[in-house]
Amino acid sequence: MNLGELSVASIRADLLAGKYSARELAVQALAHAQRENPKTNAYLTFSPERALAAAQEVDRKIAAGEDPGPLAGVPIAVKDVIVTRGVRTTCGSKLLEHYIPPYDATAIERIEKAGGVIIGKTNCDEFAMGSSNENSAFGPVRNPVAPDRVPGGSSGGSAAAVAQGTAVLALGSDTGGSIRQPASFCGITGVTPTYGRVSRYGLTAFASSLDHIGPLAKSVRDCAALLQVIAGRDEMDATSAFVPVPDYTAALGGGIRGMKIGLPREFFENLESETGDLIHAAVDVLKKLGCELREIRLPHTPYAVAAYYIIATAEASSNLARYDGVRYTRRAESARTLPEMYRLTRDEGFGAECKRRIMLGTYVLSAGYYDAYYLKAQKVRSLIARDYAEAFEQVDAIAGPVSPFPAFRLGEKVDDPVAMYLSDIFTLTGDLAGVPCMSVPCGATRLGLPVGLQILTRHFDEISMFRVADAYQRASN
Amino acid sequence: MKLTEEQIRNVADLANLALTEAEIVRMKRDLEDILTYIDKLNELDTSGVEPMAQVLFSAGTAALREDQERPPLGARAALENAPAAGAGYFKVPKVIER
Repeated sequence: MNLGELSVASIRADLLAGKYSARELAVQALAHAQRENPKTNAYLTFSPERALAAAQEVDRKIAAGEDPGPLAGVPIAVKDVIVTRGVRTTCGSKLLEHYIPPYDATAIERIEKAGGVIIGKTNCDEFAMGSSNENSAFGPVRNPVAPDRVPGGSSGGSAAAVAQGTAVLALGSDTGGSIRQPASFCGITGVTPTYGRVSRYGLTAFASSLDHIGPLAKSVRDCAALLQVIAGRDEMDATSAFVPVPDYTAALGGGIRGMKIGLPREFFENLESETGDLIHAAVDVLKKLGCELREIRLPHTPYAVAAYYIIATAEASSNLARYDGVRYTRRAESARTLPEMYRLTRDEGFGAECKRRIMLGTYVLSAGYYDAYYLKAQKVRSLIARDYAEAFEQVDAIAGPVSPFPAFRLGEKVDDPVAMYLSDIFTLTGDLAGVPCMSVPCGATRLGLPVGLQILTRHFDEISMFRVADAYQRASN
Repeated sequence: MKLTEEQIRNVADLANLALTEAEIVRMKRDLEDILTYIDKLNELDTSGVEPMAQVLFSAGTAALREDQERPPLGARAALENAPAAGAGYFKVPKVIER
């Protein structure tokens, strides 16, 4: 059985027709994922007990004539920054190598209630800080499409798992592009929903005002099916929105004639040429589908990287203060005093990129610099959000690239933090403004490296975003 | 943007990080590069612009919920990941001499 050819709908149909049981599928999926893992290092932990228990519950429901749920039997991989009760959750950090969470994230609870089968936890940049998955304490992930290249980050393991066909769906998290960029690098579909659309309860905090949980899958339709299950108000996350969740999959399958699509001039400058050609070709497909294309401006885009790396690191320096040797498994053994325990535990536990971001975040928040950096960045964030609000007065959706270039080689950017940060230029603004945004595959370069088309829409208008992406995906297949 | 090693040590102190000498040298260079890039923000006039701390919607987020009693996680579960615990508490190195 090739998992890569299965979808949420085909698994449901197979289970109801008795072609195989959820248990049989789970056993095969686990064996396949474990066998394939040495090629990519996509998984850090497998969860066979949990997967089989969930699968057996699906089989029981089917046998009893009950509805097995919208994700019945679907093998799902979960980024290792999302906590799972009883299943090790490392956040890609040596600090949490042995951490076994005592509770489930809301998204995890909802997935299992919907019949989903969580088969394992995926590799990622430490505490989701990175654009290449090279910052994991457990080794980098290799891109299944090109093993000498990065899968993107920080949800690199989740994207690689779906791309290599070891999971049908995956959960990732996105703070500055961490779902869309790996989805584009691995040639799959990835969605960052509106901020507040999906509860962050149980998502290990990196930068709370920017963190999102979102789905990755081969198709737009399967991403929509997973978002359907995890979206909606959760009283455990005060920033989750009261906005009702519409039926996403019911909105798919139609045309998009007459939709106004904005092409931000700032997104089409400085593109690597093959990437630019593929994005232009994708935009031509949207035009052929009857969309009205308009050039628009998002004038503050060039300031997004600077604003983001102030805000995100400031929040991270505060959020990561909790790893102090008291509560979370790891404590420096040589420490004799309390201050020594804090410092040595953190120095031994955090990798170089986490330390860099904690240092930068602490610096920009420190006395005398707050106004010049943090407050300034928050004001620029307002300007970026305003750019989007004004653009969405003219257009229904915005289209552009996800990344200025396709997957780069392992090690290529690892010694130049500024160059690495600049690779996020087109994904950061969506997170800063809190609008829904996604990556849909739009072909590959001559070397066979996938490129992703980014689509962004108004707050809570995931429906329009899915309709454009789905129409494009059907037209380009 | 230039920083001194003294400044780096001071920030590391605030962040509770015990950096090695080699880490301090590297950190100084990296932070200087990043802060030089960040200076770009000063090209923008932001007078009169409200700072944005969070994405908020007119539909309403961040509402207060009703105050209802619920069973907590419990000390036992909370202590399961503690590197040192005893008698229902987290244990840390001695902070008071007697």
